Amino acid sequence: MKKIDDQISRPTKAGATKSQQRSLLIKNGHVIDPVNNIDEKMDILVQDGEIAKLSKDIKGGDSEIIDAKDKYVCPGFIDMHVHLREPGREDKETIESGTKAAARGGFTCVLCMPNTQPPIDNEGIVEYVYKQAREKGSVKVYCAACITKGRAGKELTEMEMLARAGAIALTDDGGSVADTQIMRRAMEYSSMCNLRIIAHSEDPSLSTGGQMNEGYTSTVLGLKGIPAAAEELMVYRDISLSKLTGVPIHITHISTKGTVELIRNAKKSGIKVTCDTTPHYIALTEESLKTYDTNFKVNPPLRSKEDVVSIIEGLKDGTIDAIATDHAPHTDYEKDSEFNDAPCGMIGLETAVGICLNELVQKGVINISTLVSKFTKGPREILRISNGAILEGRDADITILDLDKEWIVDKKKFQSKARNTPFDTWKLKGAATMTIVAGKVVHSEF
Amino acid sequence: MNTTWTKKNLLGLEELSAEEINLLLDTADSFKEISTRAIKKVPALRGKTIVNLFFEPSTRTRTSFELAAKRLSADTVNISVTTSSVVKGESLVDTARNLESLKADIIIMRHGISGAPYFLARMIEASVINAGDGSHEHPTQGLLDLYTIKERKGKIKGLKVAIVGDILHSRVARSNIWGLTKLGADVTVVGPPTLIPVEAKRMGVKVCHRLEDVIADIDVMNILRIQRERQQGGLFPSIREYSELYCVTPEKLEKAKKDIMIMHPGPINRGVEISSAVADGPYSVILDQVTNGLAVRMAVLFLIAGTKPGEN
Repeated sequence: MKKIDDQISRPTKAGATKSQQRSLLIKNGHVIDPVNNIDEKMDILVQDGEIAKLSKDIKGGDSEIIDAKDKYVCPGFIDMHVHLREPGREDKETIESGTKAAARGGFTCVLCMPNTQPPIDNEGIVEYVYKQAREKGSVKVYCAACITKGRAGKELTEMEMLARAGAIALTDDGGSVADTQIMRRAMEYSSMCNLRIIAHSEDPSLSTGGQMNEGYTSTVLGLKGIPAAAEELMVYRDISLSKLTGVPIHITHISTKGTVELIRNAKKSGIKVTCDTTPHYIALTEESLKTYDTNFKVNPPLRSKEDVVSIIEGLKDGTIDAIATDHAPHTDYEKDSEFNDAPCGMIGLETAVGICLNELVQKGVINISTLVSKFTKGPREILRISNGAILEGRDADITILDLDKEWIVDKKKFQSKARNTPFDTWKLKGAATMTIVAGKVVHSEF
Repeated sequence: MNTTWTKKNLLGLEELSAEEINLLLDTADSFKEISTRAIKKVPALRGKTIVNLFFEPSTRTRTSFELAAKRLSADTVNISVTTSSVVKGESLVDTARNLESLKADIIIMRHGISGAPYFLARMIEASVINAGDGSHEHPTQGLLDLYTIKERKGKIKGLKVAIVGDILHSRVARSNIWGLTKLGADVTVVGPPTLIPVEAKRMGVKVCHRLEDVIADIDVMNILRIQRERQQGGLFPSIREYSELYCVTPEKLEKAKKDIMIMHPGPINRGVEISSAVADGPYSVILDQVTNGLAVRMAVLFLIAGTKPGEN
């Protein structure tokens, strides 16, 4: 299992500096680390911000003790799809506020999306993001850059320069690279630079002007629909390109039954495709839109009950490798408008873990170790990063879960600048009660 | 009448019960008589302020609401998009709050975006009446269509009604479908597959693509206006072909029942979805619809003004 980690040569772009404080001892917790196949009671000793020891019954000495009895101690959770909005829309979110939200939600590491203003399509902006993350970040930040210049879908970005500046993935998220030839070239060229391509798969000619999933609810509401086929056509294209080029592809925020089936079949035939979904495609359906509440407007749109069942099935059988939030902050004034005028997107960093524990683990749909894997091993292997495992000598990035904690989502308490959550006032059971980044406690609700 | 009116807003017919719809129709009956008097005015809403907030051009609906309010002695203000600050970039939220500060009691809104009246109703204390929102609903049109059918046919239940044309984009179609099916009519929507919304049957209607397949069977035909610009979106090949298939002409009506009712919400495209001979002919009730619209809107204003702020 250590092999994967040995392959990783990338520097950790840490937001938090390693803690030089006295050592921490996390005692009596149930450790789950899917990378190392650990699923039992163990203690963890943290020294100088690193994992010093992982074993049963560690004696603490003068360490600060964290009693994790009846709690699950996991590798730091990774959110591989986050919009931090910096640079350009600091009124919606900043790297500072977004990483605080991540810490509060149980994430020790995020991958930020490049559809900023200006977009992250040159090394100067990549460097700026890492500078802000180092100076103001509460958790670790990795930067994804654009596939095409200005996200315009016409010319490739300087991928080698972006990789040297520290970008670890490429995506034109927010839309697809519509031109199939450009996408093919992007996949081929990026493989040389060791950058993972993340595809937002959407056929724009089928989705343009669409406001919600196409189906009975869109018919009743008189809102223009986005058919499932708009996603599935592009997923099929992206899978075909992966087969053609041999280059792996990651498809993000999948939402339909057809997509789950396409990816399941592609994996069976050996194509190197991975995917993630989000808590809102697990917990919500298109019927939430019945009051025209723009907090439920998102792209891809909330789908049908049948799609939700398939998404959950895909999580269970391993078709879906990871859960990410697609945290998309917007200002109140933008969301407080007529439905067609409101921007797409919902925030998720501070609710994702609670929603997944409540909707998947508490309801007995998937077990806790499978869920932990979707936030750790899954994104770690897709992005080929060192995070997401508990390894001696590595940074102590830890997320502690309390499955018995009952709480009510209150958007007024969010660390995020934004309030556009669909989950306000939801009563949840299960939360990330502590987040530790490089040995430093960045969130605690013990 | 056992039902009493409790709804603060009228946003659509989908959310009304059959009893509430009947209450509105019965109330309209008593108001219709007023329009036949020499003095066409009653003091029912004296002192109330009613705002017509129109974000889309409209002549008949706005005029009908305005006259309805005036005949009930309310004070009325008309705000259309060309004279409001919306063109200067003011948000609907701010427009609404300004109107609220002027202590409007009822805001009648027409808007091009589906759901906009729901948004407005959440923002303000005043009652909101939907005068047509995007492709969603046009409840007072639905009510006046029901009223006109009932007036002519003596009932709604059991009647066979065809709604013909662009069902996909039509708020009139949706309000008609809800109202008619709730009152027991047998509704068929007729149009090319590209203009029928997905899963339309789940609304409780039959779907048919050819007029000749239903023409002999129906008691009422409600013909929708076709927007010429839809042709550019690939929804149908040409106005010529559309008219060939769907324009209601005396020839097409040869097989129809002798007492068929022809309705159209207006404004009509003569020769496109309805021929002049049919629009002006003996089966047409198009102008009765306009007359009845006034009575129905008086009923809506009267019942809504009778509720207290904060209800529902």
